[in-house]
Order: sequence, then C-alpha cells, then structure tokens
Amino acid sequence: MEIQSCVSILNEWDIVAARQLGRNVAKELGFGTVDQARITTAISELARNIYLYAGEGQLCIDRLNENGKAGLRIIALDKGPGIPDIRKVMEDGFSTSGGLGAGLPGVRRLMDDFNIDSNPGEGTDIRATKWLR
Amino acid sequence: MNKQETLEAQYSKILQEYMNNQSEQALYAAQQFSRTALAKKVPPEEVISLQKNAMQQLMPDLSPEVWHSFDILLEVMTAYGFAFREHQSLLDTQKELKNEMEIASNVQDTLLGTSVPTVDGLEIGALSVPAKQMNGDYYHFVHDGDHSVNVAIADVIGKGIPAALCMSMIKYAMDSLPEYRKDPSAVLESLNRVVEQNIDDSMFITMFYGMYELRSNILHFASAGHEPGFFYRGKDKEFLDLEARGLLLGVDKNAKYKRYEQAVEVGDMVILMSDGVTECRTDEGFIERETLISYINEYIELPPQEIVNKIFRDLERLQHFQLRDDFTIIILKRTK
Repeated sequence: MEIQSCVSILNEWDIVAARQLGRNVAKELGFGTVDQARITTAISELARNIYLYAGEGQLCIDRLNENGKAGLRIIALDKGPGIPDIRKVMEDGFSTSGGLGAGLPGVRRLMDDFNIDSNPGEGTDIRATKWLR
Repeated sequence: MNKQETLEAQYSKILQEYMNNQSEQALYAAQQFSRTALAKKVPPEEVISLQKNAMQQLMPDLSPEVWHSFDILLEVMTAYGFAFREHQSLLDTQKELKNEMEIASNVQDTLLGTSVPTVDGLEIGALSVPAKQMNGDYYHFVHDGDHSVNVAIADVIGKGIPAALCMSMIKYAMDSLPEYRKDPSAVLESLNRVVEQNIDDSMFITMFYGMYELRSNILHFASAGHEPGFFYRGKDKEFLDLEARGLLLGVDKNAKYKRYEQAVEVGDMVILMSDGVTECRTDEGFIERETLISYINEYIELPPQEIVNKIFRDLERLQHFQLRDDFTIIILKRTK
C-alpha cells in the first residue's frame, strides 16, 4: 500500500516545502531525529538538482509498508535534459568538480535503497527509500 | 542496536563525569571515545544525537530553546556527515586502487622479467627500482650460447603506469625480433619503427643496446639518445664515457643508429644506467657524473652485483629515501 503526496519544484522555496513534507511523513512514521535529518538532507539534494538542472519537476513522498516493515520513499521526477552518463554522476567527487547530479552518491549512502533512471532528452527518475528500523 | 546502546551509555557516563568535575581525565576519556566512534565509522550527526540524549537524561529541565538549538546543530552536522561518508568511500576506493596497482606491478614483473645470465669470464650485476609502483625503466639480457651476451637498457620519458605500459610493448617487440637481428644498430632501427608507429607522439623512449661478443671480447653497441654509460679501464683505473650518438626512439621512423665498438680487457667494466641514476637529485642539485664515479670507485673491487646494490643504497640515502625517477644500473665485468 502506498500513499503519495507531491510537491512541485519550480523555485528554491519549493525545496523547503518538499523538506517539510518529508519531515512530517518521517515523523509520523516514527523515524528518530537523526534519520529525519538524513531524509530531509536527501530531499534537499534531490529537489535542488531538479531546481538547478531540470528547471522544474516533482518531488513525491511515499509511505511504504512491506511485510510489516514501514518505510519512506522519496521520488524525484523531472523532464529535464537527463543524465547521459549515470555511472559518472554516481562517482564520488564528481559533483565537487562541478557537474550534474550534485551529491547523488551521498544521497545513496544516506538512504537504504537507491535507484536512478534517466534518458537524455527525456528526464530523470530517482527513487530513494529509507526503512524504519 | 547494541552498539548504539553501549556508545550512548559510554557517552552519558563521560558527560556526567565532566559535569561533576571538569577534569582533564574526563576530557581524555572523551578523546578515547571519539577514537572508538571513528573506528566504528559513527557519523557526526549521530554524535550530536548522543549529546542531546545524554543531556535529556542528565538535565531534563533545561529550557525548550536549548533543545531546539540541537535541531540546527543536527542539520548542520548531517551535511558534515555527508562529507564524512564520501571521505570513507574515497578511502575504500583508494585502497582498491592500491591493491590493483600492486597486482599490476606483479604482472609487470612477470611480463618484463629477465634473468641475469651466468657466463664464464663475465660477471654481471643488475638492479632496477621503480620510483612509484610501476617501472618505466627496463633491462633485458639475452644469452646467445657461447657467441654473445646481449643487454638492453631502456627508459621511457615519464614514469608510472603510462611508462610501464609502453615498456611492455618494447619487450614484446624485442622478443619478436628475428634471431639473426641481434646487431645493435639493426635492433634499434626495428624498435624505432615499432615505437614510431605505435606510441603517442608525446612519449619517447631512450635505449642502449649492447652485444658483448664472448670470443673476441668486444662490446658492439648503439644508443638511441640514452644516458651514456661508463667504460672502466681496469689497467689504468680510469672511467671513460661510453659515448654513442643516436636519436630517441619514436622521433623519426627513418632514423639510423651507428654501431660502436669497445674492446674489453680483463678487469674492465661496462657500466650502464638510466637517467634516474644521474638525475638523482640531492639538496645541492643533481649529482655530477664525477660524483657518481667516486661512489662507484669506492666499491670497485667488489663483485658487480654488490656494487650496484651499494650504489643504489647510497644514492637512495642521498635523496632521503625518495626516488624521483626510476633507477636502473647494470655492470658487466670481464674477469678472465
């Protein structure tokens, strides 16, 4: 069962709205303050990428419940230029050298599951999940 | 979970002790604690959480503003945690690269391996040490029955992996030379064409090739811009430059390499090296060939292998154990 809520990302203030949404859901699900901070940091990074590189997109939060395990999934969607070389943006240090996808490897490490799908010219779909322990 | 509890308990205890008496001992305990936490890769935001939880236990009545302030600290430290994790991951990558380099260097040793021939009447010493893990210097011996001992010494301009890759090519080009083409100028001319066709324009190789004829005791040699070696005349105890002219390999595909000759008497030595030996940089600048000669002179009575080992040891010390270039030295001595 998934319940989804979304925030449109058009400007920098929407990043705050996306964080707020993520934090509320994380709190409701019972995540501790440290995990809340990690989830919102991940949301910030993903929403910022949309704002900076795609111009506009959506950030959605799913509540997951699989086999009695509760979790939170961040979905970042955009129809921007896409990422030609995903392996490259998933390399450490790539973002600091001024490329696309700032901090994607960092987001992956903050979360439990991470999945990215992108086609040049079509956009990017990133999903990252954190499970409640 | 258990780890978390014990860390929390430890932290709480240290904090309590410090609240009671601001002792250096408690601070030392905190330092010890951070070592454990770092070893367990505890990220900074978790440490903030430890602090907050411990304070909630010890001082539950603090004003709400104090607790709110922790939210800001937690948020900021989560970003530091981001960087901390990246650092951890880069360290792991570096470790992997190091392992790979080590394997590559072993593969190189096997690929480029050559054994120093045992020949009646000729003593040979050889040593090659890379500045980094991979060697851009190369030496090779071919013992052709009782006809000759051939020796090649080469140096790729540059060092590290690109140089090492280049060297593997030279080695295979040399292995595939036809048997009858052991004449030094012919060898260099063939290799020059191989290098010219296959190697990037920015890469050059210097090489010395010598063929020591065992019956006549004459060294035939040619050089492609290689660091000149020394010829030591035992009778007069003097060192002469083993001068030979020739263009670097890979510059001009039609380059010709002149063949030189040197008669070798009993007690004479041929000393070959790479520029890592002469360009050994010390506090006073590069060592002079004269200085190098004085080092060699010190060990002149020893067997060639011991001489090369000792020279390396001395020059290594002179450079404070930091080689700036690959280092190769070969000595051939006629003993009878």
